[in-house]
Amino acid sequence: MAQRSRLHVPHPPARPGEKPDFSYLAVSPAGAVARPEVRAPAREIENLGRQMVRVLDDQGRAVGPWNPHLDPEDLQVALRHMLLTRLFDDRMQRMQRQGRISFYMKSTGEEAVSVAQAMALQPGDMLFPSYRNQGLFIVRGLSLVDLMCQCLSNTRDRCRGRQMPIMYHWGAGNIFSISGNLATQFPQAVGWAMAAAIKGEDRLAAAWIGEGASAEADFHHGMTFAAVYQAPVILNIVNNQWAISTFQGFAGGERRTFAEYGPGYGIPGVRVDGNDFLAVYGVTRWAAERARQSGGATLIEHVTYRAGAHSTSDDPSRYRPKEEWAAWPLGDPIARLKQHLISLGEWSQERHAALEKQLEAHVVACWKEAAGFGTLTEGPALDPATMFEDVFHEMPAHLARQREELKRLAQTQPTKGSEAERSLDTHAPAVAKEG
Amino acid sequence: MAHMNMVQALNSAMDIMLERDPRVVILGEDVGYFGGVFRCTDGLQRKYGEQRVLDTPIAEGGIVAAAIGMGVNGLKPVAEIQFADYIYPAFDQIVSELARLRYRTAGEFSAPVTIRTPCGGGIRGGQTHSQSPEGVFTHVCGIRVVMPSNPYDAKGLLISSIEDEDPVLFFEPKRLYNGPFDGDPHKPAVPWSTHPKGAVPEGYYKVSLTKAEVVRPGTDVTILAYGTMVHVADAAVRLAKVDAEIIDVRALAPLDTDTLCSSVCKTGRCVIIHEATRYSGFGAELAATVQEECFWHLEAPIMRVTGWDTPYPHAFEWEYFPGPARIAAALARVMEGT
Repeated sequence: MAQRSRLHVPHPPARPGEKPDFSYLAVSPAGAVARPEVRAPAREIENLGRQMVRVLDDQGRAVGPWNPHLDPEDLQVALRHMLLTRLFDDRMQRMQRQGRISFYMKSTGEEAVSVAQAMALQPGDMLFPSYRNQGLFIVRGLSLVDLMCQCLSNTRDRCRGRQMPIMYHWGAGNIFSISGNLATQFPQAVGWAMAAAIKGEDRLAAAWIGEGASAEADFHHGMTFAAVYQAPVILNIVNNQWAISTFQGFAGGERRTFAEYGPGYGIPGVRVDGNDFLAVYGVTRWAAERARQSGGATLIEHVTYRAGAHSTSDDPSRYRPKEEWAAWPLGDPIARLKQHLISLGEWSQERHAALEKQLEAHVVACWKEAAGFGTLTEGPALDPATMFEDVFHEMPAHLARQREELKRLAQTQPTKGSEAERSLDTHAPAVAKEG
Repeated sequence: MAHMNMVQALNSAMDIMLERDPRVVILGEDVGYFGGVFRCTDGLQRKYGEQRVLDTPIAEGGIVAAAIGMGVNGLKPVAEIQFADYIYPAFDQIVSELARLRYRTAGEFSAPVTIRTPCGGGIRGGQTHSQSPEGVFTHVCGIRVVMPSNPYDAKGLLISSIEDEDPVLFFEPKRLYNGPFDGDPHKPAVPWSTHPKGAVPEGYYKVSLTKAEVVRPGTDVTILAYGTMVHVADAAVRLAKVDAEIIDVRALAPLDTDTLCSSVCKTGRCVIIHEATRYSGFGAELAATVQEECFWHLEAPIMRVTGWDTPYPHAFEWEYFPGPARIAAALARVMEGT
């Protein structure tokens, strides 16, 4: 009989009703991975892509060469940012369920990635986020009210009602605009970093995508350009195991780690425990130092788990076991940092409970303030005529004519039930791809 | 006043802008050391260094994405896509990112990127070196689309494009690089030095990104054309012996509706010409605009003369190309009964 090829279709280790199984995940013991010199040649440190950099051990102790040795005060700030991110997410998810916003995406379980990296980088470094990086904005200091107003598309929305919820940007905070088209920011960040090098600036760029989006051509464009020009950029793959319903095997994760892409391009690839705040911080500092010393780009794979649904339009109980998050071997990033601080004698259950209460109250107060600038159902509302602005730097004649047409229409129709009003009332189910 | 062909005019525009503005950088496949496969960037890397005139990997999506990132970081990148036929890997970066960045951030971020790309056929380029995809991009809001028809405009429009705050897609009809081409491939090539628009100032000047130009005044019928077809239209007018007004549209998006429509309202007839395929082509937009603005002045149906709705065939270029005979036939039809 003639031999034939067979199509391999990847299967996740467990489906709903089955026992979660993370035996595929290779986890190195905390402190086990050596920390090379920041200028080590990529081909001499390929082990970093196969092992897993970890600092916090199971007892909450910080061990090994990647420990950034942060002051307890910094760790408390980190814990606060992570907790605030989680409480903000929870609140916004509830607001979506109540119909106050059209859509939301939580970052639950992945807070350490954004918070540690934003804290490890300089304020002048430019961040190119994906859609589950709200912690970047929180660390850099954009107020929750601003984030909420964007989700509300209200009169204080920095996007002026033009973007779905969570597609934030913040120029003054050096955080780029989030795109719904995945991976586009990856090569853009490289271009930004190339410009910094051309101008001779001591600034670097960092970009994030999910493991799913690493299948996009833009990922490979970014890697190629970063390698060719030795651009000062940190390229992050947040491997949260799931891209909506497809597990990481569909992005090629079955036969190599995502960090191992790096050496193929001549870029160091570092695989890090993404739920270990200290490890993420330490690896980011290493990559930043390398970039600032003209060592070029680093690819970092953050191994983490998407604890919630992909978005409010998603129902993960249809494709993965409900118990997976509880069975996840790398735990909860907030619980782990909390345990570490307690083991240092710098934190307590009581202080944690008090902080949680204080932050919850803060989130509620911010929501009240944000809603005062309008919601989808209650005024004040943006003037629909603003939709014609910012298409071009100066409004061309055809858009000015269309704006007048809309204004005339609004004048001849009662406010309720006008074209503009109807378009605001109907929300198509919003689904975005997951990376 | 010097005489330049279109390649030299484009080179001069980039030379001047690299000299005037330290933010200007050039990037693209083969544009650096070699000076570009069509020689448009010849000598620029030698003059301005390899930090400002960069050879890139063969990745059009990466070229445009990198240019966007550079633009966000304060540079004014001029990216070359070696053939317009190769632009599709960059489609998402152009359509979803470059064109909409200002809009989606309410003006907080923008990327003033110019993308130059040679288009059009008549060089035995077959289906992958002959396309005119301008209509694919005029459909996108937030990006300017321009196409010059001569060296003078090419230089002035490119300088305007590089200085503009908005992204510009700059199509270069490659059949016109070395001379005006009237659609007859059997005639000896004519150099730009014999054409008035081959006279090009050495220094800095601009041509408006928002203005069409009446290149031949006339009273019988208005011909709307751009790029190579401006010259083919001229040949067709001589063939058909009609007093046509030829308008070089030049700025395809945003469009100079006033110049186009005031001409058609005057002549009462309109023939639209482009080399790209007809179905959903840019001519459909022109026809619709003319119909909306000039309906009560029209004496005849608006006609389109375009490439056939097939890929550009290697062996049958001149049967495909909308040459003077086809245009003359359309002119005769709209003039019927007069």
